[in-house]
Amino acid sequence: MMWELLIHPFADFGFMRRALMGCIAISVGATPVGVFLMLRRMSLTGDAMAHAILPGAAVGYLVAGLSLGAMTVGGLIAGMAVALLAGFVTRVTALREDASLAAFYLISLAVGVLIVSTRGSNVDLMHVLFGTVLALDDAALVLLCSIASVSIFTLAVVFRPLVLECADPQFLRSVSGFSAVTHFTFLSLVVLNLVAGFHALGTLMAVGIMILPAAAARFWAVGIGALIAVAVSIAMISSVSGLVLSYHAGLPSGPAIILVAGVAYALSVVFGPAGGLVARARLRHHLEAWSGTP
Amino acid sequence: MTYALAFQDLTLGYDRNPAVHRLCGEIAEGSLTAIVGPNGAGKSTMLKGVNGSLRPLTGRIAFGGLTRGEIAYLPQQSDIDRSFPVAVADLVAMGLWQEIGGFAGLRATHRARVAEAISAVGLEGFERRPIGSLSGGQIQRALFARLLLQDARLVLLDEPFTAVDAKTVADLISVVRRWHGEGRTVLAVLHDIDTVRAHFPRTLMLARELVAHGPTAQVLTAENQFRARQMCEACAGPPHVCGRSAE
Ligand SMILES: Nc1ncnc2c1ncn2[C@@H]1O[C@H](COP(=O)(O)OP(=O)(O)O)[C@@H](O)[C@H]1O
Ligand SMILES: [Mg+2]
Repeated sequence: MMWELLIHPFADFGFMRRALMGCIAISVGATPVGVFLMLRRMSLTGDAMAHAILPGAAVGYLVAGLSLGAMTVGGLIAGMAVALLAGFVTRVTALREDASLAAFYLISLAVGVLIVSTRGSNVDLMHVLFGTVLALDDAALVLLCSIASVSIFTLAVVFRPLVLECADPQFLRSVSGFSAVTHFTFLSLVVLNLVAGFHALGTLMAVGIMILPAAAARFWAVGIGALIAVAVSIAMISSVSGLVLSYHAGLPSGPAIILVAGVAYALSVVFGPAGGLVARARLRHHLEAWSGTP
Repeated sequence: MTYALAFQDLTLGYDRNPAVHRLCGEIAEGSLTAIVGPNGAGKSTMLKGVNGSLRPLTGRIAFGGLTRGEIAYLPQQSDIDRSFPVAVADLVAMGLWQEIGGFAGLRATHRARVAEAISAVGLEGFERRPIGSLSGGQIQRALFARLLLQDARLVLLDEPFTAVDAKTVADLISVVRRWHGEGRTVLAVLHDIDTVRAHFPRTLMLARELVAHGPTAQVLTAENQFRARQMCEACAGPPHVCGRSAE
């Protein structure tokens, strides 16, 4: 029974194994970045960057067709351009980062939709928007795994400056000139992982695997390390369950994966011990005295 | 006597509006100086200038052999994100940045010093607590522990004892006195005149311009305090381009 349900699809079909591997690579790479996005109250920035990537991928498609390399490079360039321009405008004018980022991603998105709708057929638009996790080839898998490795390694290197940039940016500026570098390194990681994500899940769904597990993890863990561990686990479980669900029910796999992550989020909101609804309700019966550390 | 820093006809401000105007004077190496003055007198602005985050409009600050990395600064309003999940010990350990940089790991000796700094400010037992669960006074203690680890030759404190209870003030003052005993230079913006009289040998009174600077008893006179208030009211008037020539 369990074999039929869980193992059989992966044992019998190579495309399912590839899809699983791709999704696990994305879970490992993108979800830790999503945890930092959430902690910095930048969850919606992920969404904005995902939209910003679209014209780059579209131009890549126009130049070289459904080519992995061209669409990847195009997406990276578009995403980095929007991040840098928005950062530049924020630093030299009075406009705050959220507003300048919104301005640039909206422009970028309009350009992307324009290109895709005048030059591409609808099928291609669907590919860019919703990805094709069941059609990952070897080159795509190598790309996804490389991006995940680079992302994890970079995050480990900039971990302390990044935590400090989040928790006490003024102090970071006073002890080092790394503040701007740290910020842009982090934004680059966001772009990199979204580009990886859109090959499998599409530009729209890629943000989901980044943010939903992170938001769910907030209800189970407190420290950063624990948050990352829980979020990555939720992302992996969602990947497996979503793929199995899409296989048996004949659903598109990208949205299925994200919806399972959405269910995990909903369950966490209700049952999560760290501030979930049930835990909150129990708090009404407070203790007689202080417990734990002083 | 060598100076830690010297203000040389220093004007600091925002846009073209001077908040500190034509300040002159020297802060001696190893001195413990209180900076007093009414609200809006330019005290915080002066510390931002010393710390290097605000460029002088005119004039300069000369440092007697001090580099930027040897200055520690506790701002009046820190923009710490209290909801960010870092533990007290991790916040304190960030004071080691100058020493180990942003990337190296903590060794056992570093951990021992973090523990020592935490106990010096009376926060034992709070090491693993997230900073979001601390009271205002406890956060201030943690920030002092971080300053201790920074091991700076010049320490700048901007209203460190505001909104902090008497016991915490007493404990933190003893940290300041420890720095003084170690020969570090300390500049602290304070509002409580009794604290200044009791613990700070020297005082610099500011009211946008320098009112007085010297031994505390000679600076904190009724006449000076009256003059400072008057000068601050006067400088709230309509702005005009400063025409006073530099000597
Ligand atoms: N970031 C800023 N931009 C513009 N004006 C400022 C800024 N910070 C302070 N000021 C002005 O500079 C003057 C001195 O402020 P401040 O140095 O904070 O005074 P104090 O710390 O002595 O109370 C005030 O008139 C204040 O309004
Ligand atoms: Mg002030």
